[in-house]
Amino acid sequence: MFNKIFEILKIISLSKLTRVIVFSLFVIFLTLGLLESLILSPEDYLQSDAVRIMYVHVPAAWISLGIFSFIAFLSLGIYIFKNKNFVIIAKSFAPSGLVFNLIALVTGSIWGKPTWGTWWAWDPRITSMLVLFLFYILYIASWRLFENDKAEKISSLVAIAGFVNVPIIKFSVDWWASLHQPSSVKILSETTIHSSMLTPLLLMTAAFALFSVLIFLMKYNIELIKIKTKGLDRL
Amino acid sequence: MYSKKVKLRFVFVIVFLILIVLTTFTVLKVLKDNVVYFKSPSEINLLSEISNKKIRVGGMVKKDSVMMNNNKINFIITDFKNELYVTFSGTVPNLFEEEKGVVAEGFLNDKKFLVADKILAKHDENYMPPEVKKSLGE
Repeated sequence: MFNKIFEILKIISLSKLTRVIVFSLFVIFLTLGLLESLILSPEDYLQSDAVRIMYVHVPAAWISLGIFSFIAFLSLGIYIFKNKNFVIIAKSFAPSGLVFNLIALVTGSIWGKPTWGTWWAWDPRITSMLVLFLFYILYIASWRLFENDKAEKISSLVAIAGFVNVPIIKFSVDWWASLHQPSSVKILSETTIHSSMLTPLLLMTAAFALFSVLIFLMKYNIELIKIKTKGLDRL
Repeated sequence: MYSKKVKLRFVFVIVFLILIVLTTFTVLKVLKDNVVYFKSPSEINLLSEISNKKIRVGGMVKKDSVMMNNNKINFIITDFKNELYVTFSGTVPNLFEEEKGVVAEGFLNDKKFLVADKILAKHDENYMPPEVKKSLGE
């Protein structure tokens, strides 16, 4: 049954129509998101316009964490059950995760200078995000450095090991005294972002998620072409 | 249902994960003093000796405690249990304000006095437009 679902998903992923739809949705959400975050949303009472950096920083951090967790989950299937479909999916999601992780680090640094007064601090949240970045690099490098079976084994173990860092990132601001502020968007208690600022944040998250799906679809297609034309391992 | 090899790999992944979690936990536990970004005035109060290493202390800037003369700024960091006097010369970040979070980096003279060479402002998790803040204050 699972194989049938995969076949259907594969056909959807490979069709050009899917890419066109995802791209159009991405453009719509990005336009709305930028309009909200740059023009329509108010400035913050304390940090004034610097708050607008948050509309890129927070979604980028969320997406990079989400993608890494998803890769780690797929890696369980890759390592234990040798699922070949998971291999291509996990491999194709990694680049956008890495890029969003880098964006989160850089925008955080740009925000840190005017508000905290420093570009960089060895704060638990920032350091653990840097560790995630290193795990992304290790993950992608292990696909490049090793061949077929070995690459599958090593990269999935890297992802599984790196997943231990994900709860550390999430709870770093609660467990230790940190410079980084605690979470504002919470599941169990009330959100501490005013609704006029939450709208652009969620719109930008949707735009970034669609962007990663778009990049994923392109990568996925390339990976399948590579498999079809064996012997060609890099385009 | 599954072959022996699959079961073996499953057990291996579980053991692998447990080992990684235990290692991380131990390392973080041992390095606790280095993982935290700053100490509170109460934690400074509990120190058995004052080292001549650089240290970071964080808390709230006490109300009505900020005094500026010339290039020098003096204020009190409080965690509502203990207090610590800070002296600093230089510019403070824009967000530095009374009754807001602050982290001061520098050298301790004694348990109650810090000579800072860097001041960082801490931002909290509340974001709102100025009008909302105003109406909250009233």
